[in-house]
Order: sequence, then C-alpha cells, then structure tokens
Amino acid sequence: MASVKEMRTRIAAVKSTQKITKALQMVAAAKLRRAQQQAESARPYAQGMAKVINNLAAGVSGPSAPLLLAGTGKDQRQLVVVATSDRGLAGGFNSGIVRLARERIKALLDSGKDVKIICVGRKGRDQLRRLYGNRIIETFEVGPKAPSMVLAKPIAQKILDLYVAGEFDVVTLISSRFKSVVTQTPTVRQLIPAQVEATGGTAPFYDYEPDEESILTALLPQNIGVQLLAALLDNQAGFFAAQMTAMDNATRNAGDLINALTIKMNRTRQAQITKELIEIISGAAAV
Amino acid sequence: MTDKIAFDIVSPERLLISDSADMVTVPGTEGYMGVMAGHSPVVTTLRPGMIDITNNGSDSRYFIRGGFAEINADKVTVLAEEAIPFSELDLAVIDQRIKDVEEDLIAAKSDAERSKVEAELQELRLVRAAF
Repeated sequence: MASVKEMRTRIAAVKSTQKITKALQMVAAAKLRRAQQQAESARPYAQGMAKVINNLAAGVSGPSAPLLLAGTGKDQRQLVVVATSDRGLAGGFNSGIVRLARERIKALLDSGKDVKIICVGRKGRDQLRRLYGNRIIETFEVGPKAPSMVLAKPIAQKILDLYVAGEFDVVTLISSRFKSVVTQTPTVRQLIPAQVEATGGTAPFYDYEPDEESILTALLPQNIGVQLLAALLDNQAGFFAAQMTAMDNATRNAGDLINALTIKMNRTRQAQITKELIEIISGAAAV
Repeated sequence: MTDKIAFDIVSPERLLISDSADMVTVPGTEGYMGVMAGHSPVVTTLRPGMIDITNNGSDSRYFIRGGFAEINADKVTVLAEEAIPFSELDLAVIDQRIKDVEEDLIAAKSDAERSKVEAELQELRLVRAAF
C-alpha cells in the first residue's frame, strides 16, 4: 500500500491538473461567447447570398449555365475538404469530424471514385495522414485568430483554381455544424456544383444589372468563400463548446479523484496511528 | 414624401446596419442608383464606392468594396465584400488601400484584371479627393 507521503504528492498533482482544466474551461467559455456571436453575425450575409443565387439559378439553366452551378456532369473525381481545429483537448470534436470524413472517403473509394483531400486545421491532417496521407494535396492551418475572410479566401481560391483547371468534378466540405452548446454535428455539404433549393413561386420578378449570367458568374465563386467562412465560424464555435464541455468533465473527474484519494489517505493515516497506539499500549501493559 | 425604404448593409463578418431612410444611393456596376421606396425589383452587382443614405435631410455614408445589392419595393439589401462606415474611415486607411491596389496593378497579369484594378484605383482616388 502507498505511503501517506506518496498519496499526498499524488493529490497535489491532481490538484494542479484540475487547476489547468478549470482555467481552460473558463477560457473556452469566454471564447465560445465571442465565437458564437461571430457565427451568428455571419449568417445574414450567407443567407442573403443563398437567396439571390436561388432566385438566379431558377432562371438560368441549360448549356449556358455557369460551370460552378451546372457541374461537369460527372462525379468521378472528388475533392473532399475536411475542416477541423488546430488544437485538441476538446473531447470528441475533431474525432467526430474525421470519422465522418473517413466513412465518406471510404464509401467514395469503394465505389471506384478518385478522391483527393484538402485539410483545414492541423488535427484533421494529423488523423487523416495515417490512412490517406498520399491523398492530401494541401493543408491550411486555422491559426490562433478567429476565422475571417482573410483565412477563407485563399482556401476558396485554391479550390476554385483546381476546379477551373478541371481537376475535379465534385467538391464537398465536411465540418461541424454548431447546433447548440451541447450538440455539434459533423455534416457534409456540397460546394461544387452549387446546391440550389427549389424556390416557391413567391420570388418577385427581378431586373438584373448587368444580366443574370454575369451576376451569377460573379456570385458563385464568392459564394464558395462565404460558405467556407460560415463553416469555419461554425467550427470555431463548436470547438470551444466541445472544449468547454470536455474541460468541465475533466475538472469534475479531477475533483472526484481528489476526494477518493483524500479519503484513502486519511484511512491509511488513521490505520497507522491506531497501529502505533496498540504498540504503545501493549508495550506498556507488558511492563 | 413620407414613405421610407428599409435597408441592410451586410459584410461577410457582420450586419453593419439595419434601418430605414428616404433614399439610398448605391454604386452599381453600371452607375450610381438612387433607390427610394417603391423601386422596381433589381439585383445589381456593385463596384467599390460610397453608399449614401439620405434620411430627413441628413446624410450618412458607407464605403464598400464590391458585392451586390438586392432591391425590392420596400427594402434594399446590400451584401458588400467589405464595408466601412465613413466615420471610421480616415485618410491613412485610404492611402494604405491605394498603395495596396497600386501594388495589385503592378502584379496584374491579364488585361481584364488590369482594367478591373484600374477602375478600383480610380474610385479610391475619387474617395480620397472627397475629403
């Protein structure tokens, strides 16, 4: 059995771990609020854009439709963009995204498709590298700052360049959708060809300046960046929420451990005192 | 005229302002458009320039860089790639922007790209002159 001194050191160690997890939890909680707000405030733009594109797309179809909307008509070569975070200590946040990515990539490979991967965030790259290292064509880091257009634009540009160069037929994005502080669900969404929801007949009849096609040609590439940014902001909020929950659990577990250890230590100490007393008493009785 | 038109100015990062005004002037690709209540529905792309909001005789302005506007009879939604309230804008910011664009001009490869950058530069110089 461990000595009282050993147990005392152990308790001190767990206590300092608890302090760290507690601090991380509070930092995550503070950052979560900001990230959530950012994710919210990016929404009107993405929604406005989606609305206009939907309206436009309804009017433009057939052979004249832009490539980004119509696609290449094939789905052989797939590009999967996997967005995770740079850091860990967030429970199953990154693993969840990567698991979905792996399932999807495997399904695509099994049906004979060519798959390439772009990773956003270090964690995703680290986990995917083991299985699909040779398929990763590029990795972007999220960086310490909150995601902004500065981050999303080069990624969108890279995707567009590859697509325009005819490297891919379909581009999908896998990231975590922030539903609430307790639920973040990894989701797949298709970036190219752009997904258009059928609009009800309520849309007013718009005039277009210069004309439908040139607006659409200008908007669709922008939309990739906007969708990416929205996804990254969602990811950011989800990451902090997951980290907060994970660190809260860790703090609680550390507390339980400290309690258990303290009780054990007290028992051992008491047992020792009792033993010494018995020795003294029996020694005295023998005299 | 008492009819006001509602307007939103949105950048990818945030909703800058949501309010209503007598008239909103937006820098369309094919010229400035003054939008008042009852305008026919239009979707237009925007070039870099000033959005002018006239309300009860007072004026407020926003500098925007590209994007597009969706205009309805009762609402204008401006989705700008970048939007800065005029009050937050100062000469240093514009000068920096002009310098950036001038560098873009040197780096521009195709003619189409060059003419696009030139138009932006001209617009920025106009904005600077307005001070």
